[in-house]
Amino acid sequence: MRVISIAQDSPDIAGCEEDSGIVRKVNLPLARREFLKGSGLLLGTLASGSMLATLAPSTAWALELKKLSTTEGQTLMAMGRTLYPHKKLPDAVYALLAKDLDGKAAGDAGAAKMLQDGIAWLNKSAGGDFAKASEKQREDIVRSMEGTAFFGTVRGQCITSLYDNDMAYAVFGYPGSAWEKGGYITRGFQDLKWLPEPSKEASPPPFLG
Amino acid sequence: MAKFDFSDDSVVVVIGSGAGGGTLANELCQKGIKVVVLEAGATQSSASFINDEWKSFVQLAWLDTRTTSGSWRVAKDFAGLPSWICKTVGGTTTHWAGASLRFQEHEFRVKSVYGDVPGANLLDWPITLKDLEPYYAKAEYKMGVTRTNGIPGLPGNNNFKVMHAGATKLGYKEVHTGNMAINSQPRDGRGRCMQLGFCFQGCKSGAKWSTLYTEIPKAEATGNFEIRPQSHVTRIEHNASGKVTGVVYFDKDGKEQRQKARIICVAGNSIETPRLLLLSASSMFKDGLANSSGQVGRNYMRHMTGSVYAAFKNPVHMYKGTTMAGIIRDEAGHNPNRGFVGGYEMETLSLGVPFMAAFLNPGGWGADFAWWMDHYTNLAGMWLVGEDMPRENNRVTLNTNVKDQWGNYVPNVHFDDHPNDIAMRNHAFTQGERVYQAAGAIKTFRTPPYPSTHNMGTSRMSARAQDGVVNKWGQTHDIPNLFISDGSQFTTGGAENPTLTIVTLAIRQADYIAQQMTERAI
Repeated sequence: MRVISIAQDSPDIAGCEEDSGIVRKVNLPLARREFLKGSGLLLGTLASGSMLATLAPSTAWALELKKLSTTEGQTLMAMGRTLYPHKKLPDAVYALLAKDLDGKAAGDAGAAKMLQDGIAWLNKSAGGDFAKASEKQREDIVRSMEGTAFFGTVRGQCITSLYDNDMAYAVFGYPGSAWEKGGYITRGFQDLKWLPEPSKEASPPPFLG
Repeated sequence: MAKFDFSDDSVVVVIGSGAGGGTLANELCQKGIKVVVLEAGATQSSASFINDEWKSFVQLAWLDTRTTSGSWRVAKDFAGLPSWICKTVGGTTTHWAGASLRFQEHEFRVKSVYGDVPGANLLDWPITLKDLEPYYAKAEYKMGVTRTNGIPGLPGNNNFKVMHAGATKLGYKEVHTGNMAINSQPRDGRGRCMQLGFCFQGCKSGAKWSTLYTEIPKAEATGNFEIRPQSHVTRIEHNASGKVTGVVYFDKDGKEQRQKARIICVAGNSIETPRLLLLSASSMFKDGLANSSGQVGRNYMRHMTGSVYAAFKNPVHMYKGTTMAGIIRDEAGHNPNRGFVGGYEMETLSLGVPFMAAFLNPGGWGADFAWWMDHYTNLAGMWLVGEDMPRENNRVTLNTNVKDQWGNYVPNVHFDDHPNDIAMRNHAFTQGERVYQAAGAIKTFRTPPYPSTHNMGTSRMSARAQDGVVNKWGQTHDIPNLFISDGSQFTTGGAENPTLTIVTLAIRQADYIAQQMTERAI
């Protein structure tokens, strides 16, 4: 699976804004249309005016699948949103889940069958299209699959696919690496003001040379 | 760095370069003793450490195959990862938080103080706090522990402010930024803490003590020291008189090597250390080396642990600054009125978004889980760490069904929580939640134990040879030139983070080894 930024050589976007926790680069899953040779394609746009849209080189994103079909990818995205429902996380993040699982499927026939069978079961249980089922129905279906290898694989993959990427960092307010910014010694590690200050004995002042 | 011949049988071989092995090696080298350190992991540096939780985990953690069993929740949540310790030069001192607390006086004689606790294999240490005090002082000086030797405490971050506000409101008295082996001001050629927030990922500023850039370069400077990274020891050999003679290991090219030795000191942390003794079984020592007591691998302790996270109306940004930024010590004593023996510490802890997702509630999903992640910036966190009960059947054994990359049986780690551990955990969870409620928490969460970072007891110290594996110097009861130099020696675990005591024992053991060598006793 190739994930290539459409905007090549895009400059680092904006500086770090500590309070919102915005990070510099947003690695949207953007694939170049002209090279598409895969089995499926996931497309989307970031809501214009959203925090992520202001950071991304383009609001449009596309993601090519190697093994799974477009519908299968969309079903996995919907399952990811059912497992970890974050209103603020854009579809582009859930597409990363589909991308990573597709990668597993492409490299391992057994994994592909397990995933495709599981996806088929989700859709069958929803009367055709899991992604279009109601929130409640989707949750009930996913709960009924707890304990299966399919459920375990998808849920486990969510942890790294959904929460270990720059878009998630930005949405949840986690700036990530601090070293190149000099840490927090002069950047607000004690800036909490809504509780009483500890005594100097409990918390001596920082050494600033 | 010196270079010693494979056949040089005058050297001391130290297996492992962490808190125990790295310290012991340096102490011996300073006395003019020649040391070869065999370290399974590769060399990193402050420059190569990564401020990224998963990438750093892959860089530093011990990820060789291990298996688990027992009723502890780690066996379910992290079946292949019983512990979160390191395979790298400097061992787990690259990853540790830096908390450096002395054991309390009674914690060296818990059998006498706690009495008989059913289902626990309690034993008094053959040494007392008084025996260790001069060595604790040396360790604190060496490591630059805050609030000792005139070194100021660290400045508390936001996560500490929340803990402090709640704790003082609740009436707790001993609440401060801890005794930390992290420079609050420049010292020993290393700078002061930059409040990076990535203590667990290897300290990129070098403010946190690690043998990687303290003990090891100091040992190298003596000319008596050689370290061979990526050297995985698979067997300790002995002669017909039952003395150990050398080790067999796979070097960085995967080639089998044999290093001769006058003395061998094992410091592979409390899973690999007993595993190596067991793997070294021979026709003379059928149950493994130094195992006439049958206690090798037994009494595995991992501390009672758990975490409490709390969400507030206002932002905390707990990830800013030292991970373990403060402590509440009021529950550390032994007060059986609480319904359990021993005590526990409450220490701040924070995780980044990637590890919060992995560890907050392993296996959890749905709207409740998502709610916690959505409130990440408004969370505060603490870790609970207390004394757990040694049990004969909590043990490291060889899993004869699974082999590692060298063709050796992998270690299986079996652990069942003792009822005392469970009672203590419930008490600690309740108190942790009360601390945060006192600070205004809108919601609190009880996070189950992470993979073990404190591993202890699997080659324990005992006065009598039938009760344990080593004597009060860490010398095995059965083989005079074989030593255990890590937390495996611990007779019991205390409530405190173990590193300071491991370093203390290593300094003391170096004195003993040097004296025994001079007297030609070994």
